[in-house]
Amino acid sequence: MKPAANPQTGDTTKRNKRWVYLSLAPVIIVFLALSAFPVLNLLGLSLFKVTWQDGSAIYDFVGMENYKYLFNEEEIYWAGVRNTLIFAVSVVTVQMLLGFTMALAVMRAGSFGRPILTGIFLLPIVIPPIVIGTMWRLIMGREFGLINGLLSMAGLPTVDWLGNPDIALGSIMLVDIWHWTPFVFLLMLAGLESLDTEVLEAARLDVTSFWQEMRHIVVPMMLPTIVITVVFRIILSFKVFDEVYLLTSGGPGTSTEVVNFSIYRVFFSQDRVGDGSAMSVVTLFAVALMIIVANGLIQRRSGNKGGEE
Amino acid sequence: MSVRRLSAGRLFSNTLVWGYAFLILGPMVWVLSNAFKFQIDILTGKIFAPFTWRNFEQLLFSRQSNFLANLLNSAIVATASTLIVIVIATMAAFTLARLKMPDWIRWSVLGWALLFHMLPTLTFVGSWYQMFAAVGLHGTYFALIATHVVFNLPMALFLMMTFVTALPEDLIQAARMDGCSNGAMFWRIVMPLVRGGLIATSALMFIFSWSDFAIALTLSSTDTMTAPVAIATYAQEYEIRYGEMAAGAAMSMIPALTLILVGQSFVVRGLLAGAVK
Repeated sequence: MKPAANPQTGDTTKRNKRWVYLSLAPVIIVFLALSAFPVLNLLGLSLFKVTWQDGSAIYDFVGMENYKYLFNEEEIYWAGVRNTLIFAVSVVTVQMLLGFTMALAVMRAGSFGRPILTGIFLLPIVIPPIVIGTMWRLIMGREFGLINGLLSMAGLPTVDWLGNPDIALGSIMLVDIWHWTPFVFLLMLAGLESLDTEVLEAARLDVTSFWQEMRHIVVPMMLPTIVITVVFRIILSFKVFDEVYLLTSGGPGTSTEVVNFSIYRVFFSQDRVGDGSAMSVVTLFAVALMIIVANGLIQRRSGNKGGEE
Repeated sequence: MSVRRLSAGRLFSNTLVWGYAFLILGPMVWVLSNAFKFQIDILTGKIFAPFTWRNFEQLLFSRQSNFLANLLNSAIVATASTLIVIVIATMAAFTLARLKMPDWIRWSVLGWALLFHMLPTLTFVGSWYQMFAAVGLHGTYFALIATHVVFNLPMALFLMMTFVTALPEDLIQAARMDGCSNGAMFWRIVMPLVRGGLIATSALMFIFSWSDFAIALTLSSTDTMTAPVAIATYAQEYEIRYGEMAAGAAMSMIPALTLILVGQSFVVRGLLAGAVK
């Protein structure tokens, strides 16, 4: 390095190094103070029983009691875990099938009205989820809802979409599918559009039907995108809260209880800070573990593929 | 393949796609139409009913309603948090994407960002509540803005990194040859060149902050309550005012609608870039 002879370089290097740390400092501070510290805070709080007396909190150290209670007696949380798992796997399956089909259809439909279509598909993704909750509350309402209105106009029996424990979770899933299928669609469309057209054209010569083309060419080529989307959509659907809060609040009974709603209820409606913290900690680590495993698998997959070539 | 078969396939595909588009748009249009109806017409399920602005008037100007203040709160929190998150994320994105630095720092920041981005927000709100209450900041704008900053930070980082990474390497090299320091390079070269990315990312961050419900529900007070929380409380009143609820929903959709009309391609690019990292 020749410019090292320049007397200014030492100074510049020092300044450059300082910039590296200065530019990262705000992000690191925000992350530490508002995302890492809160986790430690939860770990700490989960070991206490917090009670309120005359407006001030009293902390009693109880060790692992909150966790014992959570694992042995907090049935509503485990109902929530079960519902969340059923919810996540079901909605993602439907979203993938529907989103992929729509992406294929758009590819074949040509460019007619494409910007308008994209605009419509973007709507559910960018409007506030609480608006979506409001919408579906109005649509699925028992007495004045749109669907029941149409059903009774057609002389059919009405359905209590959100109040019947057997179908309430299904109704919530329907809303989530409505909400997130367009996003899967956009991802699949981007994936399809980035496929190598030359390979596609060449392969097309060997197949005769649409289904063969799907099975032997398009789906295998899309597989990495599909796998990544499925895994991350499943993990992200553990975030479900807004719609449940507005549509059913976990009820009737525990039929639409989801993990996030249990945490909210215990923390904020029941003021059981220690139990809520233990619940948050268990959920946090379970989801983190899923993320890390999923990431590892995906990295290893793409790593292996690179090695073979 | 004959021309006729091709067009039959196209017709089928078009029918499918536009049918689906109708399933998305239909419910929205129906709900929005309720915003312009009288309560009695909504309750009796009239699809076509006399037009009225009454719901909007009630919501915005009646003395029982705080919705105007709620909208203002949403705007304050979304604007402030967006400004902060965009500045700190862009600075860090340039450093993380283009500058020499210890790998372990780079990967801890990005790894944590990825992890935090995917963890359920609800597992954090209890802790945030405790923290802010302990220092007397619960219910303040500060609490909402700070949490929205951290909530949006991973996405802002990822998005800005893709924009910074797309800058040509030659440019950076040339600047370095001319003795440009990292800081000068950031302000004079990177910032002007990623302007498009800055605007796209800011727009998305604004929308996400504006849309947030879980954080605002738990950390805001009556004075700082945002629009989504207000709408949710209307839905839980004993006698639900459907028209006003629909009007509130309609108004809180304005930023998103504007964004789609003005910068659709930006949004798509941003959403896709931030989707799978």
